[in-house]
Amino acid sequence: MIQASKKAVDEGRTLTLLEEVLASPEGESVLTCMQCGVCSGSCPYGEVMKYPPRQIIQEAIAGADADLISSPSVWMCVGCYTCAKRCPRGIDLTDVVWPALRDQALQRGIQPPTELRVAFQNLYLYGNLLGISPRKRLDWAKDLDVTVRDLSRQPEPVEVLWLVGCYPSYYPRNQIVTRAMARLLTAMGVRWGVLGKDEKSLGDCDRLFGEEGLFELLVENNHKLFRQHQFDRLLLTDPHGFRALQKFYPRYGIEVPAQHYTMYLAEKIDQLKPLLVRAIEATVTYHDNCCVGRRCDCYEPPRELLRIIPGLKLVEMPRNREIALCCGGGGGGMWLDGHITEHGGKRLSDERVLEAAGTGANILAVSCPFELSRFEDSIKVTGLEGKLVVRDIIELLAESMGLEERKKA
Amino acid sequence: MNIAVVLRQVPDLIETLEIADDGTRLDYGAARFIVNEWDNHALEQALLLKESEGSSVTVVALDFGEVDNTLYEASAKGADTIVKIPWDSEEPPALRQAAALYAEVLRGIGAELILVGCQSHDELEGPLAPQLAFTLNLPYVGVVRGVQPGDQPGSIRVFKEFPGAVVARMSVRLPALIGVLAAEKAPRYVPVSRIRAAMKSTPIRESQVDVPQAAAPVNVLRLYVPEAPERAEMLDGSAEEVAERICQILAEKGLLR
Repeated sequence: MIQASKKAVDEGRTLTLLEEVLASPEGESVLTCMQCGVCSGSCPYGEVMKYPPRQIIQEAIAGADADLISSPSVWMCVGCYTCAKRCPRGIDLTDVVWPALRDQALQRGIQPPTELRVAFQNLYLYGNLLGISPRKRLDWAKDLDVTVRDLSRQPEPVEVLWLVGCYPSYYPRNQIVTRAMARLLTAMGVRWGVLGKDEKSLGDCDRLFGEEGLFELLVENNHKLFRQHQFDRLLLTDPHGFRALQKFYPRYGIEVPAQHYTMYLAEKIDQLKPLLVRAIEATVTYHDNCCVGRRCDCYEPPRELLRIIPGLKLVEMPRNREIALCCGGGGGGMWLDGHITEHGGKRLSDERVLEAAGTGANILAVSCPFELSRFEDSIKVTGLEGKLVVRDIIELLAESMGLEERKKA
Repeated sequence: MNIAVVLRQVPDLIETLEIADDGTRLDYGAARFIVNEWDNHALEQALLLKESEGSSVTVVALDFGEVDNTLYEASAKGADTIVKIPWDSEEPPALRQAAALYAEVLRGIGAELILVGCQSHDELEGPLAPQLAFTLNLPYVGVVRGVQPGDQPGSIRVFKEFPGAVVARMSVRLPALIGVLAAEKAPRYVPVSRIRAAMKSTPIRESQVDVPQAAAPVNVLRLYVPEAPERAEMLDGSAEEVAERICQILAEKGLLR
């Protein structure tokens, strides 16, 4: 079967779902599936999918994938990695099976849900998911009270090349966090720079969407940029981008030191700690994002950063670390709420904010750009306004450092 | 059925449009270009007809803006032939000049059905579609939101939209030119891998045509950036109360005597 996949690729023939899965580096593991159903039982949307993960593998191996490919289930995975994490055979469903399934759908002319289609188009045309002009990438830095090295205008060696990300660059709520990060890095004496109008999405979401061609286009663009600039390491606000750099970019021969900001700042905790001069008297619970958490087994750095903030009391939700509930925004989920709701799924972020409020916390701390808007929306619809607020860890650190939002005089 | 589709490049409104220094035209050098939304619907309609009828689809575009990407994307979606018309100015042609250019190429293609978006947001002198029909001496139906194979050979059935959500079903004898408002389905998404494959495998046919003399364009005296409204007032109450308030506002602004 694996030889058949290679042969089909060589012949340029359209692959079946199973052939496509087997053609990927970790795909062979799918043949070890014993149909135990742990994946389907673990999937937050498994019970409303016509084809939950176990059945997807079953249909693929049986070669009976026509109905599956056109079913709404194809667009119901939100990339939480729970199925992959719990699979007793170690089958990488999230990074292998789901993208192959979606690619098959796209290659056979199945149209993705409208919002997702628009996100694809935006990425293809403008290099960002929001469909905003690349010339406005650095609008978040207007009137900022610290110096921003825009390497697209004036290239110079930097210690940290900060890949700001799409939502942090453009979305107004995220821009507040981005400005806080700029002040924080400056206060720590880091020599940092950004790519300005040249920055484009790293493409992780696109890969999970199954849009491999779009991902490759973005990889090529980013590879070219990395070669043009001198930096010691890449710093990422977005955990999805971090994971893409860690796992998928090396397949294209691109290996660059990269860290999610929670990892980077936790490494510098001794330097950071004396700068935290203001107490934040609040009870805080932390939501593990799926990419840094479950995918990379990195649970402690975000908590270490929260624990060093004076006055802050950290409490845990019942589902934390490896069993944390996803916010529902990954793997294209940001653009699939309508589709998932239409097919019986509930917004996971609504469930998650209720769980957070149940701990008695008045702040839900996050470290992923998608989570701010998802959880803030959920707080509005679950009646938690005034009881729970969402803050990025960056905001909490900057506040404790006394780095308020200030405009240039 | 041989179908031809015109795909135009228009300024992409995600960028702030800038007025050139002389104040009478857009600064095209500062603009980003994108395929005209309604032309994209015309292409989708052509592809739907191809899938139901086995038609062939030729796409014609002026060498302007991001035209190559647009043509390759059309090919990836299913267009059989992609044709580019030479144009070496930074600005698009005036309406009648554009119609003359497209007409010369379209005559050579011999299409029975020509689909063009019924409007574009950069129109200054009126829509291209009826002007092109006039130049080609073809019957024209505009503001169409669906084209289907006709009951008789050599005919099509079109659904023309009128104000008030009234839709007329019409039988049109071919050859004809149709101004498309919307295709029967939303324009399809095609994976980028297919577009990139088209870039490698599909040749763009370059059509050699003589550029016609520019007909006298509309004489633009000055372009203005729209003024941002300073305030808004939400009116509520009964219809009579709202009407009275509207009259009061108009009078306050000196617009009513």
